[in-house]
Amino acid sequence: MDNYLLISLILLPALAAIMVAFVPRQRLFEIRAISGIVAFALFVLSAYSFINYDNEVGGYQFTRDYAWLDALGIQLSMGIDGISTTMVLLTGIVSFTAVLISWNIEHRAKDFFVLFLLLVAGVYGVFVSLDLFFFFFFYELAVLPMYLLIGVWGSSSDFVTFIRNKEYGALKLMLYLVAGSILVWVALLAVYVEGDMNSFSLLKLQDAEFSEDFQRLYFPMFMVGFGVLAGLWPFHTWSPDGHVAAPTSVSMLHAGVLMKLGAYGIIRIGVDLLPQGAEYWMPLLMILGTINVVYGAVSALSQTDLKYVIGYSSVSHMGYVFMGLATLNATGMGGAVLQMFSHGIMTALFFALVGVIYDRSHVRDIGILEGLAKRMGWTASFFAIAGLASLGLPGLSGFVAEVLVFIGTFKDYPIFGVLGIIGAAITAVYILRLLGKVFFGPISEDWKTLPDASNVEKFSAGILVLFLLVVGLYPKPWMDLINTGLSPLIERVAGL
Amino acid sequence: MTNFWLFIPEFTITALAFGVIGADLFLARENKKYLPWISSIGLIVVLGIALNYLLGKQENLYGGLFLIDDFSMFFKVFFLILGLLVVLISSEYVKNHIKHPGEYYGILIFSILAMMLMAASGELLTAYISLELLSFCLYVLVASGRYGEKSTEAGVKYILLGAVASAFMLYGISQIYGLVGTTKFADMNLVLVAENSSALDLGLIMGIVFIIGGLAFKIAAVPFHMWAPDVYEGAPTPITAYLAVGSKAAAFALILRMMSSGFISIMEDWQMVIIVIAALTMTLGNLVALAQNNIKRLLAYSSIGHVGYLLMGVVAMTPLAFDGIMLHLVGYGVTNLACFMCIIMLYNSTGRDDVAGYAGLADRSPFLAMSMAVALFSLAGLPFFAGFTTKFYLFTAVANEGLIWLVGLAILNSLISLYYYLMVIKSMYIDPSEDTTVLVFSRYSLSVLGILVVFIFLVGVYPGPLVELIQEASQSLFSYIP
Repeated sequence: MDNYLLISLILLPALAAIMVAFVPRQRLFEIRAISGIVAFALFVLSAYSFINYDNEVGGYQFTRDYAWLDALGIQLSMGIDGISTTMVLLTGIVSFTAVLISWNIEHRAKDFFVLFLLLVAGVYGVFVSLDLFFFFFFYELAVLPMYLLIGVWGSSSDFVTFIRNKEYGALKLMLYLVAGSILVWVALLAVYVEGDMNSFSLLKLQDAEFSEDFQRLYFPMFMVGFGVLAGLWPFHTWSPDGHVAAPTSVSMLHAGVLMKLGAYGIIRIGVDLLPQGAEYWMPLLMILGTINVVYGAVSALSQTDLKYVIGYSSVSHMGYVFMGLATLNATGMGGAVLQMFSHGIMTALFFALVGVIYDRSHVRDIGILEGLAKRMGWTASFFAIAGLASLGLPGLSGFVAEVLVFIGTFKDYPIFGVLGIIGAAITAVYILRLLGKVFFGPISEDWKTLPDASNVEKFSAGILVLFLLVVGLYPKPWMDLINTGLSPLIERVAGL
Repeated sequence: MTNFWLFIPEFTITALAFGVIGADLFLARENKKYLPWISSIGLIVVLGIALNYLLGKQENLYGGLFLIDDFSMFFKVFFLILGLLVVLISSEYVKNHIKHPGEYYGILIFSILAMMLMAASGELLTAYISLELLSFCLYVLVASGRYGEKSTEAGVKYILLGAVASAFMLYGISQIYGLVGTTKFADMNLVLVAENSSALDLGLIMGIVFIIGGLAFKIAAVPFHMWAPDVYEGAPTPITAYLAVGSKAAAFALILRMMSSGFISIMEDWQMVIIVIAALTMTLGNLVALAQNNIKRLLAYSSIGHVGYLLMGVVAMTPLAFDGIMLHLVGYGVTNLACFMCIIMLYNSTGRDDVAGYAGLADRSPFLAMSMAVALFSLAGLPFFAGFTTKFYLFTAVANEGLIWLVGLAILNSLISLYYYLMVIKSMYIDPSEDTTVLVFSRYSLSVLGILVVFIFLVGVYPGPLVELIQEASQSLFSYIP
């Protein structure tokens, strides 16, 4: 079983996509059942890998190599360490709940699930690949279905002053992400050529001696290239537009997991292969990350569309990830990785609930929605928990992650630490304002007949809330795992 | 004594071509539908003969005019399979739009012969004659929808510009013969290595540039690309596919052999020319494609972009880069055929080949829209599909020779290309269509398309065996260099 664990994380969704493609399109139940069962199986497998990863041993586990193309030294080699195991679990949780949330899609449901499963396969592939070629292969595969997923099943927003239609959001997202991957591709090839061992294997290339000039030249390519996907300021503008245009489950997966691919890429490839370059450029990442936090929070403050608020809050929260990474110390980076996990769960929950509200009311305007808690008790309480996690209330996952990031930051960059805390304070303002306006307070006539979330929706939101609580109250398993993954990395950085 | 058995695929394919034209004379009108079957079965037989008699042989014919080696064998098989696929994608189109099927298939088979000769030729004049045979076949084929205005216009344009290109090439050949005293690639290399004098240089470079100019016309490289969009648009669609894949692959086969076994010793002198052509070709092709609204013109410019990528491999001049070129030719070939098959199917049932005509295709025919999307994503170089793997291989090989800036430009061009492919996909999946009737296609064309799509996946996901074949081919090419 352990031998085939990682390959099945990729093959299961890919084969399920092919299977769904052959089901006649009117057989909705079969299409949903296949997707649901596979997503659940993936959730179980991800949890299995999370539980069975041996912290004592550390390093890459469940490793397995398959020969693929000797001419270029490409192998399908897979393995997960502490960091990727955390991300695999995140993918399992979010993709399972996202499938549940999209249960009711009827318009071209078949095409939707084929693309969605491909997306899941791509995301898993990135997290388990130890070969740069396949890392990039799956990275691009995760981007590919986005255009159609947003363009076909998304929704346009119509503000009085300007219109953002879904085609705009989809195209912007696609072009930004592929532009980012151009930089990644060039830098990958440079690493391959400079490494000069006819191998794309991450483990082999770690031993290559890259000169300091080379590292300084190419690290920013990884940083910016992956940073685009992670929503790094000033390349973040695709993210609110894209997430708003996307259908609920795609926003969940995209903001919840895909943005983490970018941050993961910076850690796994950027810092790991080019530690000196990382050390040289990290102050810049710290500056940009802090701008992310503050700018994202201020932008969220001024939005009137519920989904745009969440979109900008994602930009803001990804800033903490960048800040944590930029510290290059164990506390800060640990916080960054935990923030990736915590934000993934939190933002998935946010988008799921916004989806529930929009589905019922067909409105996302904060000015119009009022007092929903009276009619939608469950939705409101879940939303409140997500909001409190987002502003960093102790006892929820966001608190642990952000505190670690701040402690890490204060060691070397006290000023940025202060700015980061100001960002968290602004988050509290927009989240509490939102909660007060939309959920609590007097209910307006229009919403008195609104039904609450369905059982499936409650169930999937419940899973997400559960993880927010568990990580918040007992983060030890996560932190142990993350620290096992980070310690060799930090040694590499420190040893140089 | 010349061993004529080595020439038997060429003999049999010539016989097949005459046979098809002859059968056309005797078959009754209602029986002409059997012509594509005769042609395709004939091509399969030739393929079998070629594999049976020539596999693994390394010899030459007529004192080195023709070379039988793994390289020519690879391209022979490539061209025969390509020809077979073109016959398959043609058959419904020809039935509906072409009045003389016998000539069409016969000349198509002659052009396959020409391409096989081109890949095998070991000296300039033989190469030139094969190239002319190919060109004349293509002139006729492009104009074979001759009752339509556009096809005739395309034919005239192609023949006039093609004649100029031939003149260029012939002039270059005479220049080189005058300076080196031989037209055989292997001997040229010996002379160039031995003489090493600067007196040769300018004239020689001019000669090479003229030959490259002539071939650049064939592959539609900038600045000799002007004919391509008009001819692609006007020609019958299966012939457009054939032009986009076949004549390019044949010209590249010749370029690879000529440059590697003839002019490798003076590589530094001509490299810059090709770098400039490659950079211009890919950039211009992709930028101009942005403005197209006819799908055939769009693919014409996209194919110009792809030629730019392939030319980068010629610059690199290593076995790995040559593998990359051949692999990308295969990947690009399969993808392009699938793409054109979609275009043909839609044209046959709606008569549209503008991008707006694709609106709402995802509802009218989900399978066709899916196949077209797969082909376009593959052309854009996204993973799971042939285009990603072959491009990655080619770019890696070129980057290995220190040309990372050129590769960066090529990757940037891939991004530009993604935009116009996405416009077609947007049209198919997002834009509503005024006409929502469900399109029904024959089981035959659906299965041909299905096979092509499977190939796109196969090359993209499991290229190992193909790459091994290609490696043998490129090794045999480099074995001529002492």
